[in-house]
Amino acid sequence: MKEIAVEVQNLKKSYEKVEAIKGVSFSVSKGELFGLIGPDGAGKTSILRIITTLLFPTDGKVTVLDLDVVKDYKKIRTNIGYMPQRFSLYQDLSVEENLTFFARIFGTTIEENYDLIKDIYSHIEPFKDRLAGKLSGGMKQKLALSCALIHSPDILILDEPTTGVDAVSRKEFWEMLIRLKEKGITILVSTPYMDEANLCDRVALIQNGDIMSIDTPKKIIGDFGRKLWAIKSNNIYKLINDLRRLDFIDTVFPFGEFLHVTSTEKELNIIELKSVLHEKKHTNVEIQEIEANIEDCFMQLMNS
Amino acid sequence: MLKHTDNIIEVKDLVKKFGSFVANDHLTFNVKKGEIFGFLGANGAGKTTALRILSGLSYPTSGEVKVAGFDVYKEGEKVKKNIGYMSQKFSLYEDLTVRENIRFYGGIYGLSNKYIKEKTESLLERLKMKDIQNSLIKSLPLGWKQKIAFSVAIFHNPKIVFLDEPTGGVDPITRRDFWEMIYEASDLGITVFVTTHYMDEAEYCDRVSIMDQGRIEGLDTPGELKKQFNAKNMDEVFIKIAR
Repeated sequence: MKEIAVEVQNLKKSYEKVEAIKGVSFSVSKGELFGLIGPDGAGKTSILRIITTLLFPTDGKVTVLDLDVVKDYKKIRTNIGYMPQRFSLYQDLSVEENLTFFARIFGTTIEENYDLIKDIYSHIEPFKDRLAGKLSGGMKQKLALSCALIHSPDILILDEPTTGVDAVSRKEFWEMLIRLKEKGITILVSTPYMDEANLCDRVALIQNGDIMSIDTPKKIIGDFGRKLWAIKSNNIYKLINDLRRLDFIDTVFPFGEFLHVTSTEKELNIIELKSVLHEKKHTNVEIQEIEANIEDCFMQLMNS
Repeated sequence: MLKHTDNIIEVKDLVKKFGSFVANDHLTFNVKKGEIFGFLGANGAGKTTALRILSGLSYPTSGEVKVAGFDVYKEGEKVKKNIGYMSQKFSLYEDLTVRENIRFYGGIYGLSNKYIKEKTESLLERLKMKDIQNSLIKSLPLGWKQKIAFSVAIFHNPKIVFLDEPTGGVDPITRRDFWEMIYEASDLGITVFVTTHYMDEAEYCDRVSIMDQGRIEGLDTPGELKKQFNAKNMDEVFIKIAR
């Protein structure tokens, strides 16, 4: 049996009339990189704030390292590092002052845990006298991560750390997370970017306060369970409408330059479809069978 | 695509300086009528500066810029009348209703009451939002707001609509509904100019330009850019340009 770091059982959270979390259950094993994947309003932040003891559950049981989030919140707080979605550091303190502040709160020093943050902090250390408010987005993110790690927590909890940062910083950030995981830290991260699911050991796909699926990314993709085709032509808008009128076509979703299409039948007769589309004046028609990705799976689960 | 032949935006050697800082460094590009054009770059690459110039809110330091056939130096007001603008954050008034927002924007563009009334009816019909026409914007889900914001931005039939970071945060199906609205507008001949730093968004555009440090470092169809940079997606193209 793998040891459990975070256990969430039938968790519910309501804000007045709005039921933000509708009874979700999942567990995160020690040393695992676990992702909560879903759009804005899915309930990701509420779940993370309950796990970090910042918000009371309405119902259900949540434990972190076998400690109850309601009763043992003080002990939990010393064992977790939390990076909230909004930049939460002191903008009018310098880089170094922020880090010192967080170290002292947890009764430690920068020197004591420098090894753990070195890899990340070394990028911003040349700017240690700069005010946190004057850092670029990517640097703010590195400082926030350093502050969340400075007390050497067992579990790191990150709420949409990559939202609004560019592709280069996003890639670097995930590389840092994967190195932290290799050091044995359990990581629970939320993200609205479906493609980041592939970088997690396991993910929960969340929509409207419910978990639609929990598994390894590979297994979720395997569960798509039907064939998928990528189709394009010279007129993508007309292609959407023409395909939807065909009775053997099931779903049609734009996906970049292509449309991702499923059929009501087991197979798609590509030659026949091509000739139908040529009759409808499409040119440069391309049809190829492809493997579903996490986003395809997410949409299928939303529809089912 | 064949339909895209005439240029609706022509930019030649655009330079914009703030003091000694060069925010736009000799940008040259054209956007064709009806095209969906992606304007990409990291934060601070110079996208917003260029966008402000193209929409008549700021003057270039030098260079030639024509938008919808008008010179941005001399005919800024005409430029403004012929474009629409939508941003994820600032497009709608949260404490006005759906109907009031439409009425407000129609009024700003000087449309007649009769036109506004008729077009509002057909728009609400098409959006299937008749039931919520008197709801405050702030009470609506993000995905609905986006659709309304886009509809309002093209309410006066502009030649070009600028979409500034339009689709962050919504679920994947809602996002695709939104792209279908964009395809439809493009099909009707409206040019769509999208700025974004979400690289997967770029894959939906007919052509994209990628800015880095004030310059355009790549400009082509997503397919060609991926070939050119030997990348499997736009994320990789961007990383190769920006690193």
